[in-house]
Amino acid sequence: MNQILTILIGSIFVNNFAMSRFYGICPFLGVSKKLETAFGMGMAVTFVMAVASLVAYLVNAFLLIPLELEYLQTIAFILVIAVLVQIVEMVIKKMSPGLYQALGVYLPLITTNCAVLGVAQLNVTEGYNLILSVVNGVASALGYTLSICLFAGIRERLALNNMPKWMEGFTGAMITAGLMAVAFNGFSGLI
Amino acid sequence: MSVSAILIAALVMSVLGLIFGALLGVTGRVFKVPTNEKVEALRACLPGANCGACGFPGCDGYAAAVGEGKAEVGACAVGGPACAAKMAEIMGVTVNESVRMVASVACQGYGDHCKPKGIYEGMTDCVAASMVNSGTKACSYACLGLGTCERACPFDAIHIDPIKQIAVVDEEKCQACKKCVAACPQHVLTMRPAGRKVEVDCHNPEKGIALKEKCDRACIGCEACVKACNFGAIEMENGVPKIDYEKCVGCMACADACPTGAMQADFESRKEAYIDPNKCVGCTLCTKQCKFDAIEGALKQPHKVLGACTGCGLCAEKCPKKAITMRDRRAPRNKLDKVKKAPAAPAAPKAPVAAKTPVNQ
Repeated sequence: MNQILTILIGSIFVNNFAMSRFYGICPFLGVSKKLETAFGMGMAVTFVMAVASLVAYLVNAFLLIPLELEYLQTIAFILVIAVLVQIVEMVIKKMSPGLYQALGVYLPLITTNCAVLGVAQLNVTEGYNLILSVVNGVASALGYTLSICLFAGIRERLALNNMPKWMEGFTGAMITAGLMAVAFNGFSGLI
Repeated sequence: MSVSAILIAALVMSVLGLIFGALLGVTGRVFKVPTNEKVEALRACLPGANCGACGFPGCDGYAAAVGEGKAEVGACAVGGPACAAKMAEIMGVTVNESVRMVASVACQGYGDHCKPKGIYEGMTDCVAASMVNSGTKACSYACLGLGTCERACPFDAIHIDPIKQIAVVDEEKCQACKKCVAACPQHVLTMRPAGRKVEVDCHNPEKGIALKEKCDRACIGCEACVKACNFGAIEMENGVPKIDYEKCVGCMACADACPTGAMQADFESRKEAYIDPNKCVGCTLCTKQCKFDAIEGALKQPHKVLGACTGCGLCAEKCPKKAITMRDRRAPRNKLDKVKKAPAAPAAPKAPVAAKTPVNQ
């Protein structure tokens, strides 16, 4: 229980995926113009990362380790995660068109995002068991959702303000992201 | 590393790849969402702007609705008649001609017409500005000119005029998606058919001459336009006139009558009727048609158009000899230059009626 709490706080705040590990920066900048879409993206990432952690653990524990093929982790994870997300997308499209409308747009974006691959690799290097892997996956994704939503909120406000011409758009966004990363740095040493 | 290790690795990955490939294939089959071929063809006709003007969630949503027969073709304002025709062909139906609509700005509170309350230094956004002290201008219904509509427009069709500092719609580019109408916190924007030269450019529901202190182009609710309209096309709604564009012929008499200029018309484009004296046979049909008493002439004599002509074009439509054409005006309209009716004329037919009544009793 203690370990789960440590992982939760560690992954959401201290080692925030976007703000301190710098994973998943592409959608972090790309899908953060509106709070609504940023939240949708965050939820899609949470879903994919939970599933990816689970499957990557299974593949690693029951296929790669018995066959002594640990060096194939990266490529095997890419393959498994990509296939899985594709299948999940198809199933959702058939089973729940509503959910597909909400998440579907973002799913292909993140199939092999480095954040998703990163969480699978991290779970292996940290030596987490099945439950801890999934917890870490969900917690990391929630941390990502938190940072992308905060970022989108700030960008929405910035877009309405009088900015110097050279600060408009991505320049301002980059500086904002940098300042946010500095702020998140304040959590270091918490655990 | 031995050769066997490499082979095992290659084998494992190939098998994994094969299994996953097969799995994907099978899931693709099992979970195939039946897509209507018509829907895909319909979707291909649509412009893909996903503006939502049709009332459905994006072009995909509209195509699906039409494919299922839940929606009519021709709701796409962006694609216009060309798109509607293509869709109608796929669905095997005929198109109902739809009138192209455009957004229009119902406010003239620029420059000295409507003065600002003070100096606004907040966010350059109308939503933010409208929350402070009910807007930055003297009239709390005015266009604030901070460009919320400009940013909402996906078609670059509405801009803040650099001199007037209020929104101006580019009619050519407007696709009637109504995003600006939804975005405007002052509800200044309305929809009207494209190409119309007359519009109500104020939506302040208050009444009375005191309004002119806030804005000298305000509608004071005097209803002069309602009385001036000979076609019954204007009704008061929420304290301002509303033009029924199906009845409006564009004669601009309402704008002539408006004391403040809230009713705006493009007088530059106003026409006048011209009767070709060589073609006119003097049938007097046009004099009966004219609602402004602007055509004079006796039976079998060539007729003449007077200065009161508003250029509504009714006479040109009705002339059996096609003797009347609408031409650019030589002089501005003069309301008073009209046929003087002899007051005694209606008395003549009355006489026999009066004589009959006692007989019947």
